[in-house]
Amino acid sequence: MANGDASVAAQFDDAEQQRTASNLGIWIFLATEILFFGVLFAAYAITRVRFPEAFAAGSRLTNLPLAGTNTAVLVTSSLTMALGVHAARRGARRALVGWLGLTVALGCAFLAIKAVEYRFDYLEHLVPSLDFRYAGPQADQVELFFYLYFFITGVHALHVLIGIGCLATIAVMASRNAFSAAYFTPVDVTGLYWHLVDVIWLFVFPILYLISRS
Amino acid sequence: MNSAAIASHENYLSSGWNWGSWLTTLDHKRIGILYTVTITLLFGIGGAAAAMIRLDLLTPHSQLVSIETYNKLFTMHGVIMVWFFLIPSIPATLGNFLVPMMVGARDLAFPRLNLASWYLFVGGGLFTIYALLAGGVDTGWTFYAPYSTTFSSSHVFAAATGVFIAGFSSILTGLNFVVTIHEMRAPGMTWFRLPLFIWSMYATSLILVLATPVLAMTLMLMAIERTFGIGVFDPALGGDPLLFQHLFWFYSHPAVYIMVVPAMGVASEIVTCFCRNPVFGYRFMAYAILAIAAFGFLVWGHHMFVSGQSAYAGTVFSLLTFLVSVPSAIKVFNWTATLYKGHVSFQAPMLYALGFVGLFTIGGLTGLFLASLGLDVQLHDTYFVVAHFHYVMVGGAVMAFFGGIHFWWPKITGRMYPEGWARFTAILTFIGFNLTFFPQFILGYLGMPRRYPEYPPEFQVWNVLSSAGASLLAFGYVLPLIYLLWSLRYGARAPANPWNAKGLEWETASPPPTENFHTTPVVTEEAYAYSRAESPHG
Amino acid sequence: MAGQVDNLYFAWLVLSGVVALAVAVLIVWFAIRYRQGSAAKRTLADAAEREKTMRRIEIVWTVVPVVLFLVMFVWSARVYYRSVAVPKDALPIYVVAKQWMWHAEHPGGEREIDELHVPADRPVELVMTSQDVIHSLSIPDFRVKQDVLPGRYTTLWFTANRPGEYHLFCTQYCGASHSHMVGRVVVMEPAAFEGWLSAHANVPTMAARGAQRYRQLGCSGCHGAQATVHAPRLEGLFGRPVQLRDGRFVLADERFIRDAVLLPSEDVPAGYEANMPSFRGQIGEEELLEIIEYVKSLGNATQEVVP
Repeated sequence: MANGDASVAAQFDDAEQQRTASNLGIWIFLATEILFFGVLFAAYAITRVRFPEAFAAGSRLTNLPLAGTNTAVLVTSSLTMALGVHAARRGARRALVGWLGLTVALGCAFLAIKAVEYRFDYLEHLVPSLDFRYAGPQADQVELFFYLYFFITGVHALHVLIGIGCLATIAVMASRNAFSAAYFTPVDVTGLYWHLVDVIWLFVFPILYLISRS
Repeated sequence: MNSAAIASHENYLSSGWNWGSWLTTLDHKRIGILYTVTITLLFGIGGAAAAMIRLDLLTPHSQLVSIETYNKLFTMHGVIMVWFFLIPSIPATLGNFLVPMMVGARDLAFPRLNLASWYLFVGGGLFTIYALLAGGVDTGWTFYAPYSTTFSSSHVFAAATGVFIAGFSSILTGLNFVVTIHEMRAPGMTWFRLPLFIWSMYATSLILVLATPVLAMTLMLMAIERTFGIGVFDPALGGDPLLFQHLFWFYSHPAVYIMVVPAMGVASEIVTCFCRNPVFGYRFMAYAILAIAAFGFLVWGHHMFVSGQSAYAGTVFSLLTFLVSVPSAIKVFNWTATLYKGHVSFQAPMLYALGFVGLFTIGGLTGLFLASLGLDVQLHDTYFVVAHFHYVMVGGAVMAFFGGIHFWWPKITGRMYPEGWARFTAILTFIGFNLTFFPQFILGYLGMPRRYPEYPPEFQVWNVLSSAGASLLAFGYVLPLIYLLWSLRYGARAPANPWNAKGLEWETASPPPTENFHTTPVVTEEAYAYSRAESPHG
Repeated sequence: MAGQVDNLYFAWLVLSGVVALAVAVLIVWFAIRYRQGSAAKRTLADAAEREKTMRRIEIVWTVVPVVLFLVMFVWSARVYYRSVAVPKDALPIYVVAKQWMWHAEHPGGEREIDELHVPADRPVELVMTSQDVIHSLSIPDFRVKQDVLPGRYTTLWFTANRPGEYHLFCTQYCGASHSHMVGRVVVMEPAAFEGWLSAHANVPTMAARGAQRYRQLGCSGCHGAQATVHAPRLEGLFGRPVQLRDGRFVLADERFIRDAVLLPSEDVPAGYEANMPSFRGQIGEEELLEIIEYVKSLGNATQEVVP
């Protein structure tokens, strides 16, 4: 017996069930993402304990200004995302599309700044396996730091890219009136994903760029 | 009942029968069947590898295949059987089919994610088959570094990629089940009225969701180290090989509970039905399932007692391993007690289920040998371990899987399987299994190491016994393929509830309509409310 | 020691045999007695009574296994601790595993491949490392096994009582010829063992070889008595606790010497700079073990050392 409501998928009894199910689903997915990154953080932490001086040296070579700017960009994008969800809740279509567009733009800015940062890393011969050059002691361990640095920031950037894709899709759907105050679950769900991407960066940034420096 | 009247109703199988309707289906029942077909094919490949292994081990010298090929055979056998058969088996086939029905829902929470999970599974399987065809992998299914990262020249990257992709299939399935069980239960279906199969699917899904990401990242780190030479695991590059083992087993131990907890759920459904008794100690059984899942995350170091990890760590893991055995023991006692003052009948599903209880008991008890620190030193990496895990995974999980397939076959297909053949096969499988794997306990204690294509001649007699048993076991797996397929066309048509079983899935037609229930069921009685007077038909 | 492992095994055999048999008997008995259509009495007590009995039974068969398991856990842990506690007077033999053979070296310099000659009735300690992948040395008849890792030393010890030959296996999959990485342990009466040693004695001892390599690599340039560089003296170092720059204390054991040679900027002793160059790539596993023997020969913890 279908629920008779066009915006509620057939397997759900009503809009409320759809909303709570989607919410629980995204939170479980976020838990899996935390475990993904958890393994990377664990590997980093364990290796850092073994080579504290090499990792400190590597961390000092990272580009703090660019990464700091990126942190501001991403945090702002979480704000615009939250404002977008708020607009969706009010049924304000144009505001929603606007905030989503701004979030996409900030996400792209994050990736652009990251690309610039990677280019600088390349020019300073900090890309492992490419032409890594480091004059100081424990060069192998400094190279290991940069392997982990590129791997962790790279996986994070991939998640940002996927998030931008989802956001753009949601924005297009919103502009075509797919959502209302009664139904905006995809906006909610995408917003949660985007916030997680931001939260993960808030761990990546201090761990790779800040605390390792000393 | 008029068989024509039964056959003529619209059901999920009759509504559309072309490639498109199957490959783009959102129906959880069809997706369950897609999975069944896929894992049967993969089981065949893994089984063929096993057959060649046992044939080669008939003689102390590796005469059937070269030792390099042997190493690739046991690796592919492990990779395929673990990740492409056992992990998905009950959850993706029976779970997909039954979870919505048992809770009284029309479908899972996210049907499109469900279909995506099947495609991811197939994609992962294709990568692994590519690795096989391109020349195989020879690291063992455990991919230990630094052999896997630095020394092996086989197709490690492709195989790891296949497993990585299939891991997402696991995660999506688990996510779907958790949300469905939480949010989509029918009116009156409280948590403690759920069938134990649902409890087992729920616990399994928690493990799927929380453990699989760790495997994904571990394999990714291993693959990247192999490709770029970063030194996370290889000591020659400054890494720690034990880190790989910790990360790998952090997933792979909970993984074995992904394999056996669903089997426990199936056993509870079958034993209660064929004893006409409610399960003994329902709440204890449900709590035991959750305890196994939770504690299962704390014991991974028992695979590493001899690895060079500290004695202190070994002690902690040994203690926790003993504790995780307690809920499993409780479940065995409870199944036994369910028989008490019941009305026991011995159709094929019951034979499989009782076989599961017995073989799981032996497998579990031998796990205690391995949990004992002082004794594990002798038994680690010998055939004792091989026998132990085959007892729990094959004697346990696979027997329960076959029991479940037979039990729900009428519901899934609308046909009865041939009972005589099925009973014969269940008994043949039980005998063949014991003959294959019991000698391996002895081999292990005598000292025969694992993963040896060639061995000292004094081990031959036990190897021959084991291989002889394997030939019987092979029949036990081929026969159901034949008679189950046969029954699709010639089997007697099944009524809605051929076993007179309790459970929402039996209150709808066989096969069920696409939306499962014509009207949403309302639950008013406890689980397994058998009246103990009626009997299952057949 | 092997007997203790066997006792554990037989205890488990009995325990699990009893439980398995009990479960099997109960299942078969219940299945027959309560089979469909049998005349057995199936009247149940009332619900409250059943609830109480059920709870009692559940508690009993939860608590009893826990207690049993705790007993077995403690017993097996104690057996394990005894098996890893190397006796102080153990005769060391150094083993380097590589794909796919076992290189053994006695302190007197005698070398063996895939064979271990040991004296009876004397504790023997194997100090092992791998040159490539993870291996594992197992002597089933002695009930000993230990993974052998690259980049680290692991040990196992045993006291063989009966002269004879025993299997030695590699028990951690290590590649193509893993199953060929087998050998034998030859246990000899002490007199025969001395005879074997002297028959193979026309080689320099490990310590002598180590001393030679030590000089060749220029170690005495910094660590020797005439050195102008401020570097730790090695006399009396082995076996002594050493304080590091960061305040920690570590034991100057085989691992410490190895890490000092290969990764000297790691555990720098207090009062010294991280000036020592690394010898990674210039020194093989066997040579490292010889240098360790040499350092051992410079005196152990019985001497007071002046930095």
